[in-house]
Order: sequence, then C-alpha cells, then structure tokens
Amino acid sequence: MEAEAAKMIGAGLAAIGMIGSGIGVGNIWANLIATVGRNPAAKANVELYGWIGFAVTEAIALFALVVALIVLFS
Amino acid sequence: MADPVKQFQIEPIVPLDLGIVDLSFTNSSLAMAFAVGLSAALFYAGTRRLSLVPGRMQSLAEMMYEFVANMIRDNVGKEGMRYFPFILTLFLFVFFGNLLGMVPGNFTFTSHIVVTGALALFIFVAVTIIGFIRHGIGYLRMFFPHGAPIATAPILIPIEIISYLSRPFSLSVRLFANMTVGHIMLKVLAGFVVSLGLLGGIVPLAAVVGITVLEFFIAALQAYVFVILTCIYLNDAIHMH
Repeated sequence: MEAEAAKMIGAGLAAIGMIGSGIGVGNIWANLIATVGRNPAAKANVELYGWIGFAVTEAIALFALVVALIVLFS
Repeated sequence: MADPVKQFQIEPIVPLDLGIVDLSFTNSSLAMAFAVGLSAALFYAGTRRLSLVPGRMQSLAEMMYEFVANMIRDNVGKEGMRYFPFILTLFLFVFFGNLLGMVPGNFTFTSHIVVTGALALFIFVAVTIIGFIRHGIGYLRMFFPHGAPIATAPILIPIEIISYLSRPFSLSVRLFANMTVGHIMLKVLAGFVVSLGLLGGIVPLAAVVGITVLEFFIAALQAYVFVILTCIYLNDAIHMH
C-alpha cells in the first residue's frame, strides 16, 4: 500500500474514537433535559455540571481528532 | 484551497535570536500583548471614574469581577478568594485570547499547545504545592478515596495517581484542540464557499455564518471551562475530597 493512502486510512480510523464521545455528550444533554423537565427549579443547580460534563467528555473527541490531524499533517 | 493550518504559523516580527533561546517578538506575542492590553484597558476604563450608580464601562468591569468572584465562592469557598487575582487574570487572558482569535486575520495564541501547556503546567504545579503546604504529607491521602476497602488499594492508587497526573494534559489539550479545530473548520468551510462559485456557495456560506456564531460561543465557554476546572483543582487541594 502506498504511504499516502495508509495515512488517509489511519486518520479515518483515528477519528472513529469520536463515536464514544458523541454517545457520552448525548447522554449528558438527555439526562440534563430530563432533569430540568421533571424539576424546573433545579435548572440553575444542574446547568453548571452539564457544561462541565460536556467540556470534559468533548475533550475525548478532541484527543481523537488531534491524533487524526497529527497523522494527516506530519 | 489555501492550506487550513497555515494560519497557525508563527512568524517573527522583531527577530531576536540569542543563540540558546529564540526571543523574537512574534505574531503570537503581539496577540498576547493585545489580550493583556485589552483586559487592562477594560479595567482601567471601568475604574477611572467610580460612581455608586455604575456607568457602562464600570458595570462591564463589575460584571467580569463578580462573575469570577462568584465562581470561586461557589467552587472553592472563602479560602479560595486569596487566589482571586490569579484566577481573574487567567480568565481574562484566555477569554480575550480566544475572542481576539475570532477577529479575521488575527492570530489565536491559545491554539498553540505550548501556550496552553505552560498555563496548565503552572496551575498543576501551583495546586500541588498549595496542597502540600496546607496538608503536609497528608495530601497523599488524595490518592486513596475515603471509605474504600483497603484491599482495593493496589488498583485504586495507581488509577488515582494517573488521573491526577493527566490533569495538566487534559486541561491544555482541551483548550488547544478546541481552538485549533474550530479555526481549521472555519477555514475549510470558507474554502468551499469560494470553490463552489456564486450559486453553490450559498449553502456553505450559511454554514460558515452559523459556525462563526458557534465559535464565539465556544471561545467564551472554553475560557470558562478552563477557569472552572482550575477552581475545582484548587478546591481539591484546599479541602481534599
């Protein structure tokens, strides 16, 4: 296989890691919406944790993306 | 299409090579100087004529101050207010760095891991030192949660140590990757607008406008997350868990 083609395939494979992060972020928002729907008074309390959880989980997707970019551009 | 990573290239403006270290004043340094100057100007203009009923600039400065002060009070408690100047400086630096990066043609210094890594490493070392000063050798209890059976120690302690040591890594990579990826995405989509011509380019143009709004939001959110995680680490060091 040519090195260039292997590089492209490798970058694509590295990006598969984002699947888990997508599921995780979806879970966080789904649970947050359910919580606020059940108890709207709790919105101010849980919103902060929602954003922190989102940022922490999203970072995993970004790690995968960084690996993909390193494979592509170096 | 223009190379999407070319925008992150560091170019010296005032070359100054000392042999061992390269101290050139680069476009990155210029962007940092802008960020520092803007945050200093905001607070200078806000506090120049103090009045009981705040004017526009004064209430902007007060909002920034209250925002960070409340964040520390909620997450660290009263002891955390000692570190308020550092946290406010950190927030303003990252916040204005992210936002200034959204100005077309301007350099985003937070999109370089050397900048975010230095900030995160400083926070990590400082928090560890604060923890050891406040708790002495007892700070090592951080690595073993309260109430866990003693038999689980061989598994739990390495996991806790790894999770503690990965903090500066995840803190810096989160900010750097968000900024880098956002700017690459904007550039790639903008390339589609040009290459698809007048009619076909409307859809990517609409996408670029939407993504630009999202990027402004992400810029503010990532500065917030960076600082709030600093507060959480500080809280761990001061109160343990």
